[in-house]
Amino acid sequence: MQAMPKWADAVLIPLISILLAFFFSGLMIWAIGKDPVVAIQTMIQGAFGSTNGIGYTLYYTTNFIFTGLAIAVAYHARLFNIGGEGQVMLGGLGVALVCLAIDWPHWALALPAAMIGGAVFGAAWAFIPAYLQAKRGSHIVITTMMFNFIASAFVGYILLNYLKVPGSMSTESAGFSAGAHLPTFHEMLAPFGINFSKNAPANISFLIALLAAFGFWVLIWKTRLGYEIRSFGASETAAKYAGINPVRITIIAMMISGALCGLMAINNVMGEAERLIDNAPEGAGFIGIAVALMGRNHPIGIVLAALLFGFLYQGGAELTFWEAIPRELIVVIQGLVIMFTGALDNMVRAPLEKLFLALRKTKEA
Amino acid sequence: MDYLTILQILDSTVRLATPLLLTCLAGLFSERAGIVDIGLEGKLLAAAFMSGAVAYVTGSIWLGLLAGVAASLAFSMLHGLASITFKGDQLISGVALNFLAAGLTVVIGQSWFALGGRTPSLSGNGRFGEWNLPFSDAWSKIPVFGPTYNELISGHTALTYIAILAVPVSWWVLYRTRFGLRLRAVGENPSAVDTAGVSVVRLRYLALVIAGVLCGLAGTYLASLAAGFVKDMSAGRGYIALAALIFAKWRPWYALSATLLFGLLEAIGNRYQSIAIGDFVIPVQFMQALPYILTVVILAGFIGKAIPPRAGGTPYVKER
Repeated sequence: MQAMPKWADAVLIPLISILLAFFFSGLMIWAIGKDPVVAIQTMIQGAFGSTNGIGYTLYYTTNFIFTGLAIAVAYHARLFNIGGEGQVMLGGLGVALVCLAIDWPHWALALPAAMIGGAVFGAAWAFIPAYLQAKRGSHIVITTMMFNFIASAFVGYILLNYLKVPGSMSTESAGFSAGAHLPTFHEMLAPFGINFSKNAPANISFLIALLAAFGFWVLIWKTRLGYEIRSFGASETAAKYAGINPVRITIIAMMISGALCGLMAINNVMGEAERLIDNAPEGAGFIGIAVALMGRNHPIGIVLAALLFGFLYQGGAELTFWEAIPRELIVVIQGLVIMFTGALDNMVRAPLEKLFLALRKTKEA
Repeated sequence: MDYLTILQILDSTVRLATPLLLTCLAGLFSERAGIVDIGLEGKLLAAAFMSGAVAYVTGSIWLGLLAGVAASLAFSMLHGLASITFKGDQLISGVALNFLAAGLTVVIGQSWFALGGRTPSLSGNGRFGEWNLPFSDAWSKIPVFGPTYNELISGHTALTYIAILAVPVSWWVLYRTRFGLRLRAVGENPSAVDTAGVSVVRLRYLALVIAGVLCGLAGTYLASLAAGFVKDMSAGRGYIALAALIFAKWRPWYALSATLLFGLLEAIGNRYQSIAIGDFVIPVQFMQALPYILTVVILAGFIGKAIPPRAGGTPYVKER
């Protein structure tokens, strides 16, 4: 018998954890001599007060939906993929190679090709740690972490020696052709008479991310493979006994995870920068961890958590601009969210469980 | 390449290996007790910041050292609270610590000094002085031995000698004392230790205290070497130390050689942008990635097998 009703586990605990994280964030803003209320107002105004702000918020949200889903897929198989950053980097390389390969006539052709490019590169980068975990027992957390650094060196090398425009000072590839330009919200909404900001980077990838979230739900809860991933995650021995091949599940779950990370590159590389730049992911692979933890590895939770982090990112940028609070404030909040929703989960859970048990006893009595 | 160049490379190897060694030994104590410590990077950064800040304000690096150790200890205890007391996921807790350190150091630094997250430069007593061992000047005229003694062995800061001394001390504590035996046992089979009437919780917290102190020393060393704190100045050293720990198979003497090797790689990478062997040029990025590649190769078990402490990563729950 479960100690708590399902809604408390899925909604109440994350909510309390987030409130705790925000309380400490507010405390810190207050400690450095700023007003937390003004800070919150500035952030909300900056993130949702204009179509430009909304466009940036949704652009970041798109990134975090992809990486959040990626970490969650692996987590359902009890694999902690902290190599999202490197997989996004490789995905960016894949997308850039596809976009630069030919002069694309139309984005509707370029997008699917770039998606394949990003997903394949991301999945391939996740394959090696997955194989080493499944076949050689190398701990996936350490190997994926090492692969982040290797990815950064590798992509830096390719960028500097092969993709950089000769004679240019900046370490970035040539710009993609006009045919690889993805429709932005401004272009998508103009036919409906909505004047969305021209400068905001939100683009059609947002819809792809939502589709991916739906696909995630179908995969994990409606297919045989999803069932196998979940049962492998719940108990490896039981899964083995039921005839599920652990090597196959480890590798497949990690490759799906890597592919989702790689897909993120259609948003940041193809949609926003329209060229490959150095360190393109900007930490999105790590934020995926916080998003997946907070979203309880469920697509609805992940989309909501991604939106929250999108808000924090865009709002945080405004905070730097108006209140002179460094951008790193978001990193602190991110750390607090991971700490409270992830590592300190029991601190919130144990008293709540006691409370619910006590309530049930009084009801029965 | 002449003899002096080799000496200079080796000298900077020792300089670069010092923080790695201290951090690696920190990880060694923590992981040997069954607490996986991904948060080494965060502790390093927190210590570097606090020591840099306090050393600037007080003008004394030794007070800075105290503050750096205190900051690192605070992070270590938070890790203990999450992963020992509340039996949370050690990996997640470590990741959270790294983010907290990366963010807090800049936010607080900006609030205190308004230099974009840096601390003001340290000078004079705000940095560790170089220790010149006896006779280093007098002997420097002796061929081969003189320069070696003068350049390589003498002239480092106190923390370098402490770090090297920490290796035999760690070995002695782990393998020759009752505490060390229990510490290793708690990382392999905590329930056996518990059955013997020794507190698992207390031992694991003690291991984290040692780890916190060692990381504090390493962070202070970084701040002193760079004459101040700079945003993200640990630059992945916590992860390299973790890699060295695996490379060293969780043993103190191996930790010394592993960190010296990684220090040497960094020293060579710093000195030469790219290395040409015949027509083949090794790119600098490859040199940067080499510690990580080596670690993966070791983890894959192709060159000897690295077997971590068995109870690592799992919180200890008494059976009911």
